[in-house]
This record gives sequence, C-alpha cells and structure tokens, in this order.
Amino acid sequence: MSTSILFRTLSGQIKNLGHRNTGCVWTLTRNAHNKSNSPLAQYGGRFTVTMLPGDGIGPEMMNYVKEVYRYAGVPVDFEEIRFDPNSESEIDFFDAITSIKRNGVAIKGNIETRENRPGQISRNVELRNELDLFTYIMHCKSFPGIQTRHKDIDIFLIRQNTEGEYAMLEHENAPGVVESLKIVTRANSERLARYAFDLAVKEGRKKVTTVHKANIMKVSDGLFLETCTAVAKEYPNIEHNNMIIDNCCMQMVAKPQQFDVMIMTNLYGNILSNLACGLIGGPGLLSGRNMGPKYAVFEPGTRNTGQSIAGKNIANPIAMLNASVDLLDHLGLDHHAQLIGSAITKTINEDHIFTPDLHGQATSIDVVQNVIRNIQYETKAKNWGGSHMGR
Amino acid sequence: MAATRRTTSLLKSLIGSQLRHYSEGVCTVTLIPGDGIGPEISAAVQKIFTVAHVPIEWEVVSVTPVKGPDGKFGIPQAAIDSVNKNTIGLKGPLMTPVGKGHRSLNLALRKEFNLYANVRPCKSIEGYKTLYDDVDVVTIRENTEGEYSGIEHEIVDGVVQSIKLITEGASRRVAEFAFDYARNNGRQKVTAVHKANIMRMSDGLFLRCCREAAEKNPDIRFEERYLDTVCLNMVQDPGMYDVLVMPNLYGDILSDLCAGLVGGLGLTPSGNIGTQGAIFESVHGTAPDIAGQDKANPTALLLSAVMMLRYMNLPEHAAKIERACYATIKEGKYLTADLGGKGKCSEYTDEICQKIAAE
Repeated sequence: MSTSILFRTLSGQIKNLGHRNTGCVWTLTRNAHNKSNSPLAQYGGRFTVTMLPGDGIGPEMMNYVKEVYRYAGVPVDFEEIRFDPNSESEIDFFDAITSIKRNGVAIKGNIETRENRPGQISRNVELRNELDLFTYIMHCKSFPGIQTRHKDIDIFLIRQNTEGEYAMLEHENAPGVVESLKIVTRANSERLARYAFDLAVKEGRKKVTTVHKANIMKVSDGLFLETCTAVAKEYPNIEHNNMIIDNCCMQMVAKPQQFDVMIMTNLYGNILSNLACGLIGGPGLLSGRNMGPKYAVFEPGTRNTGQSIAGKNIANPIAMLNASVDLLDHLGLDHHAQLIGSAITKTINEDHIFTPDLHGQATSIDVVQNVIRNIQYETKAKNWGGSHMGR
Repeated sequence: MAATRRTTSLLKSLIGSQLRHYSEGVCTVTLIPGDGIGPEISAAVQKIFTVAHVPIEWEVVSVTPVKGPDGKFGIPQAAIDSVNKNTIGLKGPLMTPVGKGHRSLNLALRKEFNLYANVRPCKSIEGYKTLYDDVDVVTIRENTEGEYSGIEHEIVDGVVQSIKLITEGASRRVAEFAFDYARNNGRQKVTAVHKANIMRMSDGLFLRCCREAAEKNPDIRFEERYLDTVCLNMVQDPGMYDVLVMPNLYGDILSDLCAGLVGGLGLTPSGNIGTQGAIFESVHGTAPDIAGQDKANPTALLLSAVMMLRYMNLPEHAAKIERACYATIKEGKYLTADLGGKGKCSEYTDEICQKIAAE
C-alpha cells in the first residue's frame, strides 16, 4: 500500500460518522483507517490497546485517560502491563512487546530503568528498537490561552527514533577512556525523510528543514543531510533547506515562527522537542507519536517520569490526554478524537484551568473534570440512541 | 597521576590571584584580527584600549593557512610561536576555506594550544531588549574531545559510525576549572549537564568527575540535570541556572542557545582556556558582505577583550571599559545596524572612548 495513503492527519477531515452508510464497522476500520500493515485488534466493535503506565506520574495519568474515555464512550479496552523497576528479569518487557505486536498500538508513560545489570539499556529505547518505531512526530502548536513569550508557533518535529546517538553502544577501551558510538544509516535516514515529506504534503506544509552538524561530523551527519537532500528532490513542490543545530537553537529562541517541518537525528530531536515544549508553555502539554511500519506507540511529548511530582495531584494531565487523542485518531475513531480534543482545547484556551506548571492553581483532577464536563456538554446535544450508538 | 596533579597546580596558578606579573608593567598579547570584518573590529578594540590606558602591547599575527611540507595547510609557525610566548591571545572571526586539505582553523588552534575549556558568559544587556530579561548564565564547555573528536568511519555502505570520546583526565580538568571559575567570579552554583540516562558510560564518567570536583569544592552548590530538562527550563526561566558545565556537543548547542536568549552572537564574548594560556575570541562570522564598510559591531570582540583583562588580573580596566560599552548600548544613539541602529562602527567606538575618557 502506498505510503501516502497510510498517513492520516490529526487535523484532517473530521467526518460525521453518524451519517456514514458505507458497509459495516469492520471494513471501515481496516481499509480506510488502518495505518499499519498488521491488523488492529478489534473485537466486537471495540479496540484493544496496550497500556504501559510506566513510573512516576504515569499510572495516575493513565487513570485519567480511562476516566475520560469512559465519559466519551470510547470503544477501547486497555491491556495493562506494569514494569517492575526492581526486577532483573525480562519477562515484563517481553510481555509488553508481545502485547503491542498483537494489538498494534499502545499508549505509554515513561519507564524508569534501574541499572540492574551492566550494559543494561534504557527500557524505553529497547521498546522502540524492538518495535522498529523509527520516527517520532511531535506537533508543536501554540495555545492561544497560555501566556508565552512567543506566539503562533506551529512546527512539526520529526525525529529519528531508533539510532543516532541513542544506539547505546559504549565501551571502555582503557581505564578512564570511554567511547560511545553514534550510528547513522542511509536506510533509516531515507525512510525518515520520506515520512517527513509525505507528512508535509498531507498537512499542506511548505517547507522542510533538515537539522544537522555536518560541518563537524562530516561523515555521519553528512550522510543524514545528503540522504534528506536526495529525497527532497522527489518533492519539488516543497521547499527544503538545512540548518546547523546550534544556529537552529538560536533561531528557535528568537523566531520560532520561521520553522514549518523539521527533520533531525535522535539527540537533536530530543533537544529541539524540549525546546519547543518550553516555548509553548511547558512539558505538560504536548504529546508525541512513535510510528513504525507496523506499530504505533503514543506518549507525552517530553518523556519525563515526573518522579518528584508523582502522587501530589499537581501534574499536568494534558500531555497524556493529548496522547490519547492521537491514539483515537490513529484508530480511526475520528468522532471521539474530535470530541475529546476540543474538550481539551476549550479547557486551556477558554476555561483557563491551569496546573502549577502553567502558573495556575488547579489540581490534575480539576483539569480532568473540566475536560469531562466539556465532553458531557457536547454529548448532551447528540443523539446517542439507535444504530449510531458509539460512532 | 602526577601529570594530573601538575596540571591542577598549573591551573590554579594561572587562574588564581597569582597572576601578579600581569598587573606589573606592560605585557604583550597576540592579536589575530581574522578575516572579513575582523581587521576593523580589532582596530576598534585597540583604539578603545589605548584610550583606557590599558598596559598591553599588541603583537599582530595572521593565521591564514600556509602550505606545510606535508602538503596540508596549517597555521604559520610565526603565529604559533607568538601565542606560545605571550600565552594570551585575542582573536577575531576566521574563515575556514572550503576545500580539500584545509582543516578547520578553529579546531587546529584548539589542538595546537590545548584549549580545553570554552567559557561563554551570557548576560542580558540593558538597552538591547530581547524576550528574555533576566539571563545571567555562564556555559563552560569541554573543548577537546567528546562528539567532536572527528573519529568517523563507514562500516559498510550506508552505515556510518561516529565515535564520541570521553576521558577521565579531560572531564576532571574541565570540572575543576568550572568550580574555580565559579569561585573566582562570585558564582553560587554549578550545574552539570549530561545525558547519562542514555549514554550511561560516557556521560556517566563525565558526571562522576563533576561529582568528585564538587566534593572538593563544598562552598559552591552543585546539581546535575539532563540536557533536555535544561533546554526546557532555559527557555521558560533562564534565572534557574548559574554556571553550566558539560561535554563538547551539549556545550556547543547550549552556549549558542544562551547567546540567542541575550541577542545573538554579535554580543557574546567567549574565552578558550588552555593549560598554558588562553585565547579570547568573538564567535560570530566574518560577515564578508559588510566588511570594510564601517558597519561592523565590535561589541563581541570588545567584551571578549574585557574577559581577557579579567583573566589577566586587570579588573579595574575591565570594569571601566565594560561600563562604557554597556552605557553606550543603553543610550542607544550610536548602535550599529545589527542592533537596530543606524550608526557606524567608528561612531560607536568613539562614543565608548569618550565615555572612558570622561571617567
């Protein structure tokens, strides 16, 4: 199936599914909305999605997602897998992988990895590598309701997710001398670039910027830049330019409005996504999508465990709720995605219910309840009976 | 072990208040004007220094690459000898010619003089308004190894690896320098920036060295933060950080980030400290499009020269020149084009000279 058909947009056409009369629910989902080559687990009209709460604020956030889904009548069941950070065995990890391969999609919090054995790599990284989630997409859009220094930011950050500096291949050659390998491959760079340009076409974007440090790392970042430039030639309608990472950071803090779509390797993506989150208002707002050829995993954008604020009811649930909206969009549940999405936007832009990280005084539960209230208000106006139940 | 001890004591003698010989008599400083706007801004700095009666004699050298016996272009021997003799240098922007056989000149200078720490203080300038008002951060970056070791290979066709090298010696050296710098400049806190959750061994080693240096310097507060957290917080509240110490790549990115917060590279000073001396430089480009038209902004080079004076233990001269510079920018009458004004470089320089003479 051509790549371009597979990609859907978050802000794409919201179809009024209540009036759809083409075939049954099963066919609808598989053909029109199925973004992966493997079938999504859908039984009796309900999807099964893997849930990995992770550590820190993860578990409480997942509870909020379940609450919100309940009120919105979302036909999704979660298969929860908990990781025990103290255990040395790999059983939890393999369970999670099997579950995601079966279900096709997952929503996750950040998993803490203690150094239980030498050479242990981060569980989050291992998950991404195992499922070949080669790209990480973050849509950084300013919220008009939040006071920030910069306004009208609207950037798609597309970050290589499996290799680069996060290859986690390190060794100590001699005592006191450590080498860490950064791997860049043409294959991964090429599919990342293609994904980025296809996304740009789908979203109607005009410019793609490749971020690199090829003046110093001539071979590795040079290969990345060369590959992206070669792919750019196949999309003559989209402007392509490149920028060195340090200049890019400087431009981001001065004039972030100049950027449209940005492609980069793993570490630069980490830096720029956190930078963008900071410019928009903080780590509690944006969500990120880990996408691969077969599977998709959704999570809060800045991948923090939030250990220090766990259990205090002050964490911002918006990031995780936005991840859940991304999930619904991927599953093809456009109606529900729009319902919850607009409830969240209204909470921020109109109702101004802010947690302490946004300089407000609300608690996490206040925010969630406001979102639920907005959903209830919307759904009261709908006709929930008859054959259109749930769709 | 003995080598590290020797280096440490050399460090302490260089940086500490034992630079007595600099404040007596006139000392010679190597001046590398550079390319593009380099010569005019260097001339501006020399003029200001003369008016301020700074006890410095300039020895001007050029680092335009010459072909060595091995066919590779390198720094001329005269320049190397000059810096080795004087141990202090001030450098304008350099243009690395594109093409085979030319290594990056900045990299060559760094290797030649073993400049292991790059210090970049970023302070919001009153009179040049940016979206951030309260920035007062110093980034100290390890300058010799890390991701910029230049060790790269193509393993098979289409698969490339780049090696990031972290050694205990270099990490310890820069960590100890960071704490000494903090103490000598009245700073309260040193933050080590790392990504040890992902690069456990390499950044882990760096972090360990920083922790050991922290234990030896209990009077300065120490904290460690992930790189992404620092980026996130820096754009929301720059007042959270004081002195940042980190390996090469993170330092490159963060120092440019902080420069962006205060107004760009045209206003940021920078110093490279080595084991036997130091070179202070402006980090902006050569701006060939405005070269020779009296439009250049000498502020970055001037502030770097001020940093140099402090390093040489001439704080009164440093403060005098700095005050005049900030006052001129605050007045806003003779700003150059990059700061949004219509003034000329010479007018700006003269105004600063006038202010110094008036004191």
